[in-house]
Formats: sequence, structure tokens, C-alpha cells
Amino acid sequence: MPKVLYGGQSYDCPPGVSLLDGLAAHGVQIPSSCRSGVCQNCLVRAASGEIPPAAQAGLKPALRARNYLLACRCVPKGDIEIASGEEPLPRIRAEVAAVGRLNAQIVSLRLRPAQPFEYRAGQYLRLFMDDRTSRCYSLASVPHLDSEIELHVKRAPQGRVSGWIHEAVRAGQVLTISEATGESFYVPGQPGQPLLLIGTGCGLGSLAGIVRDALHQGHTGPIRLYHGSRRADGLYRTEELSRIAAGHPNVRFVQCVSRETAPAGAEQGNALQIALSETPDLTGWRVFLCGDQDMVASARREAFLAGASMSAIHADPFMPS
Amino acid sequence: MQSLYERLGGEAAVNAAVDIFYRKVLKDGRIRQFFDGIDMERQAAKQKAFLTLAFGGPNQYSGVDMRRGHAHLVAKGLNDTHFDAVVELLGATLTELKVPAELITQVAAIAETTRNDVLGR
Repeated sequence: MPKVLYGGQSYDCPPGVSLLDGLAAHGVQIPSSCRSGVCQNCLVRAASGEIPPAAQAGLKPALRARNYLLACRCVPKGDIEIASGEEPLPRIRAEVAAVGRLNAQIVSLRLRPAQPFEYRAGQYLRLFMDDRTSRCYSLASVPHLDSEIELHVKRAPQGRVSGWIHEAVRAGQVLTISEATGESFYVPGQPGQPLLLIGTGCGLGSLAGIVRDALHQGHTGPIRLYHGSRRADGLYRTEELSRIAAGHPNVRFVQCVSRETAPAGAEQGNALQIALSETPDLTGWRVFLCGDQDMVASARREAFLAGASMSAIHADPFMPS
Repeated sequence: MQSLYERLGGEAAVNAAVDIFYRKVLKDGRIRQFFDGIDMERQAAKQKAFLTLAFGGPNQYSGVDMRRGHAHLVAKGLNDTHFDAVVELLGATLTELKVPAELITQVAAIAETTRNDVLGR
């Protein structure tokens, strides 16, 4: 009989019985509603084991790729381990390879994990200052393209962790990070689909990673990357991204400055408004958002109202330190 | 005989309707204020559960959950006119998807059964 490992316990799940019902029979309740694979309330993630294809029908590709499944539709064929959600991500040691300044507020932190580190461009990790103090940062690097992992850290007002990274962290130091997590990344399969990416502040790092990853995976459809900053000195990676855009006719990179006069080559105004004025109809587009929480919330709404499907809008909450 | 849910197209119909319906709700001046500041992805999942229910599909409809889930909105003034607006937008969504009028009437009738629970009466 298949066994379900959940929250450190092992439960028998009789053949032909769903994970949801199998666990419920042991008094373990997973939140659920329709029990027929539609509402997706019973979404859980498999940490190990074989996932029946029916258990992932209708899920976003990014969720499928991360082994998410619907408990009501999952009839286990063999033993399966379900992540209970509350468990903290495993921690890893990583040596600082370099700390470099990207602009007045943002530094690049390059790390060499002590063990193989699996991630996708656009995901994020948790960086620990000490056992109780940590913050999440988006990954700005791309697997297969970059040998080290890279984080872009903006100095937050009174930010303890970002202040520490900006002032005290040095090359050679060993830090603790979590495994990577998050659902905002490029999934191959629709190489011609147009992509819109809007980021503010150091959210650019993560989005530029997604663009490089998409190109590496052979994306041929239009890719439009907008970076917004209030001040002109908040813009960065101008040359590198302009070079990528120049080398790929399908890629457009637009810098936007909202509260100061925009320098030559940059647009004047809010990145979201400029992006939507240039692409007012987002029907069929895939959208990635990263940066300031208010920007992400309004961009998600505006992109949806402009025609993007809810399941095609990707953003991870970005927690400033 | 096929059930209403089957005649509408089942899960595929819910998936086709959810974006259109939710977009109408967020654009509607009568009700959009109730959706300010909410987590849109979680809300979309709830919209799917509601559509599945209204389409006569499998659901674990609980009047208690429906009351609890809307109590904070009733406190903000949610009333019959708002409920009517939602039913109207549901009908408009199905019309847009070229669902026959006779089936739309049946969907509206199922949605109607939740009125008193949603409005906390």
C-alpha cells in the first residue's frame, strides 16, 4: 500500500484513494473545496515521489515544474512525500565571492554555495544575518550561464540586513542561505509567446535573469523589459541590458525615471504606465513583475484588466529588508 | 441526461469563464470597491470555486463558510444591489462565451440560492 509522508508522519493510503481522502481518513485535513481538481484549494507540493499526471492537470506550468499537485486528484502509485508548508527551507552555507556596487543604493552579492544549489532564474532565497534575522532576496543570476549565484541588495531605510550587507559583508566570508523558492520563473514550451517584464529598484536583477534564461532556452517571441526608478541614479545594468537588446531583435529594454528628469535614452514617467501605454492589450502575454510591493499589486491588477490571464501573471512577493 | 455542469463544458468552462468574469467584477463601478487591496491570486481561486458551484459542478458548498467569508463585506455595506450586479456579470460572462440563454437561467438560479448566506441573513 502506498505511504504518504506528511509533517514527519507516515500514513497508509489505500490503492485508488486520493491523497486528500487518504490523509483525511487519518484525521489529517488539507484545506479543500470542490474536491474535483477545479478550485485548486488543496494545492500541495511533493517533496519526493512520483506524481500522477492527473494530479497536475490545470496547474500553472511554474507550479507543475516545482512539483505542486492537487491532493484531491492525486491517487498515489507509490510512496510520496508532501511538504507540509510550514517547514522552513533547508539551509546551506555559501562563501561570498564578491561584493560590488551597482549604483548608489544597490550592491551585487555573489555567492558560492558549499553544495550543489538548484534554482531557476527569478526565484528567491532567504539570507541569514544570524539565526533569528533574515531577509528574502531575488536571485539575479541564471543557472548554466553564471557560475556563481548573485543577489541584488538595495539598502532599505533602517534595514538591518541590507545595512549589514552593504557595510560589513566581505569577500571570503561564509554566510547562511536557504534553498531557492518561488514561482516566478520562465517555463519553456511556448517560445513565441510575448513576454512583458516590469520591475522597480533591484527587482531588475531578477527580471533580467528571467530574460537571459528565456533567451538561453530559445525564446523567440517579443520580450519587453521595463525598469522603473524614481531617481536617475537608481538605473543600473544599462550597458549590459542594452547590449542584449541590441543583439536580439525581439528584445526591448526600457528604463523609466519617474521623479526626476530622465537621462538621455530613458523614458520619463512611471514604468507600469509606460509599459501599458506601449502595450495596451495584453491578451495572450506572459507577465513577470518584481520590485516594490505596491507596484507589483497595481501592476498585477492592471495587467489582468488589460487582458493577461491571471495564470499568466507571475510575481513573488518581494520583501524589502 | 447530462447534468448542467456537463452541458456547460465542465472544468474547461470554469477555466474559460474565470478570467472574463473576474475582469468584469474588477471593472464594475458598483462592486469593485469590495475587491480593493485583496490578494488577487487567492481571490481568483475563490471565483473558480464559486463558478464551479454556480455551474452545478462538484462542490462542498457550505452556507456557514459563505457567511463567514462575506461577513466583513456585509459590515462594509454589501447588499442586494451588489449581489444582483454579480449575478448580472455572471450572465454577461456566459453570454460572451455563447452559452444558451436557457442554461444561463439555470446558472443564475443556482447563484441565487447563495444570496441569503452571502448577505448574512
